Amino acid sequence: MRYYAYYPGCSMEATGLPVEKSIKAIAKPLDLEFIELEDWTCCGSSPFAGVDKSKAIGITARTLAQAEKTGLDLVTPCSSCYTILQEANDLLKEDHKLAERVREALSAIGLSYNGTVKVRHIVEVLFNDVGPAGLAAKVVRPLTGLKAACYAGCQQVRPSYGFDDSEYPDWLDQMAQSLGAEPVNFPLKARCCGSSLVISESDVALDLIHRLLQNAQDNGAQCIVSTTCPLCFTALDVYQPVVNGMFKKKFNLPVLAITQMIAIALGLDIKASALDGNVVSPQKLLKPFLTSKPQADKAETPA
Amino acid sequence: MGDNAQTTFLDEVAALPACDKINQCIQCGVCSGSCTTAMHWEYPPRKVIAMVRSGLKDELLKSNSIWFCVSCYLCTTRCPLDIKPASIVHGLESIALKEGYKPPTTTTTMYRTFSESIVNNGRIYEFGFMFKYYLQTNPLAALKMLPTALKLLVHRRLPLTPKRVKGKADLRIIIDKLSAGVGK
Ligand code: SF4
Ligand code: SF4
Ligand code: SF4
Ligand code: SF4
Repeated sequence: MRYYAYYPGCSMEATGLPVEKSIKAIAKPLDLEFIELEDWTCCGSSPFAGVDKSKAIGITARTLAQAEKTGLDLVTPCSSCYTILQEANDLLKEDHKLAERVREALSAIGLSYNGTVKVRHIVEVLFNDVGPAGLAAKVVRPLTGLKAACYAGCQQVRPSYGFDDSEYPDWLDQMAQSLGAEPVNFPLKARCCGSSLVISESDVALDLIHRLLQNAQDNGAQCIVSTTCPLCFTALDVYQPVVNGMFKKKFNLPVLAITQMIAIALGLDIKASALDGNVVSPQKLLKPFLTSKPQADKAETPA
Repeated sequence: MGDNAQTTFLDEVAALPACDKINQCIQCGVCSGSCTTAMHWEYPPRKVIAMVRSGLKDELLKSNSIWFCVSCYLCTTRCPLDIKPASIVHGLESIALKEGYKPPTTTTTMYRTFSESIVNNGRIYEFGFMFKYYLQTNPLAALKMLPTALKLLVHRRLPLTPKRVKGKADLRIIIDKLSAGVGK
C-alpha cells in the first residue's frame, strides 16, 4: 500500500463529485491510500491571485504547511489546484521577501512551512506509481475497441512541472490503452476549455469547448477520456448540451474521467464509476462492457 | 504622464510575485501567437508587456485586455525568456481591481464574488458564488443558466449549502497579516 496526503479542492465537493467517487473507489484495488487533509481550505485559485497574489499564496501556504506535517506527497486531482500549489511552492523558495511575510502569517495560526512538500497530480501518480502495465494487470473488463479522445487540458501539463509533454501529452492515452481502449489522434488534447470564463464570458468559453468537442468527433472518438480535473470534466460534460444549443450541433460524446474508466475496467461495482453523475449519459455506449462477464481469472473473489 | 509616473507603473508590476523578469522581454510575440483568447484582447499579451514598459497604464487597464486570460499557460511554457506573461497578466488584474479601474467586462465581479466566497466559507461554495455574481451583474443571464443548474442538481453535483470549515478563521488571519505592510 502506498500512502498520500490528499487535497481534493473545492470543486470536487460539487461539480466534480462523480470523479471524486471514482477516485475513492479505485484507490484500494490499486493499493493506494489517499488520506484527506483535515479541515483543508481553498487553494487560493487564480481568481484570488487576480485580486491579490500575495494573499493568495498565503492561503495556499496553509495547505502546504498542513501537508508537510504528514510527511507524505501531496496529491490533488484538480489541475487548477495542482498548478497553484506548485507555483506557490516554487515562489516560497525563490522570493525570499514574500516567503518571510508568509512565514509570519503562518506563525499567527500556529503553522510553519519549510518547503519540503512534493506536490503531485493524481494522473501523474496513476501513471508513475501504478503505471499502464500495473493497470493492465488488474483489468477484468477490457474496454476493447472503445475509441477515446484523451483530454489532458492545460494546467495538468502547463506550466510544466515535469509532467508529460506540455504540447501533445500522451500519458492518459497510454493508460486508456492499457485498459483496452483505442486512443484516437486528438490534436486539441492539451488546449484550453476556457472554464475560468464560463460564467462571466460564457460565449468565449463555449466557443473553446465547441472546438474541443468538434475536434474529438472529427477524429472518430466515441467518447472523451478526461483528466480528473473537475473543471475540465465539467466543461466538456455539463456544458455539452449548452454548446449543442448555441452551435446547433448534436454532440453526444460521453465524458469519462480516467478514474471512472479505470473503475469500469477493474470490474468494480457499477456505483464505483459514478456514471449516473454524468450529464451526457455514457450508459448506452458502455452497456456492452458493463453487462459483459468479468474475465474470471483476474476477477476479485467476492467478499 | 511624466517620466516619474512611467517608472512607477513598470516598477509596480515588476515588484509583484513572479513578474520580476518583465524587463527582459524581447517582444518576440510568441505569447500573443500562442494565446488561446488573443482574438478577444484589445491589446494581446506582447503588447500588454510593451504598454507596461511604456507606462501606458490608463489605456491598458481601461481596456478589456488581461481579463480574457484563461490561464492556459501556453505563453508561459513557450516564452523563450521565461518571462511568465500569465503571472504578469494576473498581476495587472490585481492592480486594476485595487485602483478601481472599470474595464468592460463582468469578470471583475466574478473575481470579487469568487474571492469573497473563499474568505466567507473557507472553500468555494459554487452555488452561493454564482448566485451573488448574477445578482450583481445580470440577473436575467441567470435564467439562461437555469437549465444547466437544474442538470447539476439532478445529478447531485450542486450542493445548496456551503461546507463549514473551521480553517476559514485561519484564512482571515493570513489575509489580515498579509494586508499590513510592504508589497502590493
Ligand atoms: S482551484 Fe478552484 S476548486 Fe480547486 S481548490 Fe482552488 S478554488 Fe477550489
Ligand atoms: S482545460 Fe480548462 S478546466 Fe482544465 S485546466 Fe485548462 S482551463 Fe482549467
Ligand atoms: S514570449 Fe516572452 S519574450 Fe516573447 S514577447 Fe512574450 S513575454 Fe516577451
Ligand atoms: S495564460 Fe493567459 S495570456 Fe497566457 S496564453 Fe493563456 S490565455 Fe493567453
